[in-house]
Amino acid sequence: MTQQPLLRTSLYDTHVTLGARIVSFAGYAMPVQYEGILAEVRAVRTGAGLFDVSHMGRFLVDGADAQPLLNWVHTGNINATMPVGRARYGTICKRDGGIIDDAIVYRVSETLWMLIANAGNKTTVFNWLGYWCDERFPNAIITDSTDHLAMIALQGPKAVELIAGISTFDPAMVKPFNMFNATIEGDHAALIARTGYTGEDGVEIMPHAEEAPRVWKMLMDLGAVPCGLGARDTLRLEAGLLLHGSDMNDTINPIEAGLQRFIAKEGDFCGSDVVRGASESGTKRTLVGFRTLERGPVPRAHTSIIVDGETVGDVASGGFSPTLDMNIGLGYVPPRLTALGTALGIDVRGKMVDAEVVALPFYSRPR
Amino acid sequence: MDIPEDRRYSKDHEWALVDVDGAVRVGISEFAAHELGDVIYVDVPAVGTRVILGAQMGEIESVKAVSDLFSPITGEVIEVNAEVKSKPELVNEDAYAAGWLIRVKPDDAGELDQLMDAAAYQTATE
Repeated sequence: MTQQPLLRTSLYDTHVTLGARIVSFAGYAMPVQYEGILAEVRAVRTGAGLFDVSHMGRFLVDGADAQPLLNWVHTGNINATMPVGRARYGTICKRDGGIIDDAIVYRVSETLWMLIANAGNKTTVFNWLGYWCDERFPNAIITDSTDHLAMIALQGPKAVELIAGISTFDPAMVKPFNMFNATIEGDHAALIARTGYTGEDGVEIMPHAEEAPRVWKMLMDLGAVPCGLGARDTLRLEAGLLLHGSDMNDTINPIEAGLQRFIAKEGDFCGSDVVRGASESGTKRTLVGFRTLERGPVPRAHTSIIVDGETVGDVASGGFSPTLDMNIGLGYVPPRLTALGTALGIDVRGKMVDAEVVALPFYSRPR
Repeated sequence: MDIPEDRRYSKDHEWALVDVDGAVRVGISEFAAHELGDVIYVDVPAVGTRVILGAQMGEIESVKAVSDLFSPITGEVIEVNAEVKSKPELVNEDAYAAGWLIRVKPDDAGELDQLMDAAAYQTATE
């Protein structure tokens, strides 16, 4: 069977020219690193880093039923009075509570909404929205604008001042978890959302796809450092942010994944009866953060967690944190082992590594 | 990428250099370090361990990958680079000097003739 050729974002040539190491990710040819993952992580934590995240799904939802549709599929409080410009994070669940994707919903205008989905779940989420539209919310129009708009994440303590300097985006007016319909120097229209996946302040910039290379270059000229998917994964893990596919999937519900605070409403949503039931009766497994007691081999996904000689769970994500100079990770354990400081053993390629449960996030930006 | 002429290279990208005391110093090439990316952990055999030419002797771990280390020489480990244990990034910064991994007392230094010289390694990594 021949493989499908990899898709490319409008920034592909830019990445190649910059000498990026390109890998396959969610069907796209994407940069995993430029200068090096650790240097890129440092750049984001101390200045500003640039990420091409155009491969993620961007769905526009319009029409009289747009808000009720999104409020039904998403655990966030996507209500009629949600302010224009506001962004809300939550999960999209199946009827049995399993997480299809985590996603942010944005109110772009009075009538226009946007949902941004993980690249790997685009088709599933788009079809899910379409299913519920047909089933219950017919007066909604769902448009896939993934190819029409690019998305560039600019993240770090200097990010917001950088974008403010070259656009109509005003950080005093657009607080975190809000978005703005901006114009970037050179007359580029772009949605700019003050959201991100790194634990730093910053923005996600959505210009028209063909203008992305110009916007990228402007930001690089101002000192933003190109960063790839490798750095992105390290940064999000340090910030205690979950990755669908690793830390949650459609067999795991938001309570197990520690996401109950994003069930932000009293009313029903798809899966709410199961999810609320789990919240009351408890779960068999819970996501915790851990760190190893020494630098050593890294406990990565699927390694076993062992307590008193018994396998009690497994690691969902793990990696080295250059910011904290230690190995950190997320894993599923029974609720009795979730207290901070609980000792865990992790079998890394036959070697038992000592770890302990720690609070999330591992890293918080200074405020 | 630098390929110093003063040493030999294995097909698994280790280099072997005879020190003035006759021991063989071992590390990984710049090519290998570059392929791996940022090294974050190195696991090498302890002093006193016997290593065998071509046999797995440890692991080198980067942010994204773990790679086996294979010994380019048969003999006994007489020294381990303590600096690399605490600063694994030395392998990326200085693969041929400060990033050395172990020193081995060889059974037979002639084994190194089985490895590639710089020119052959250059061709192998093109």
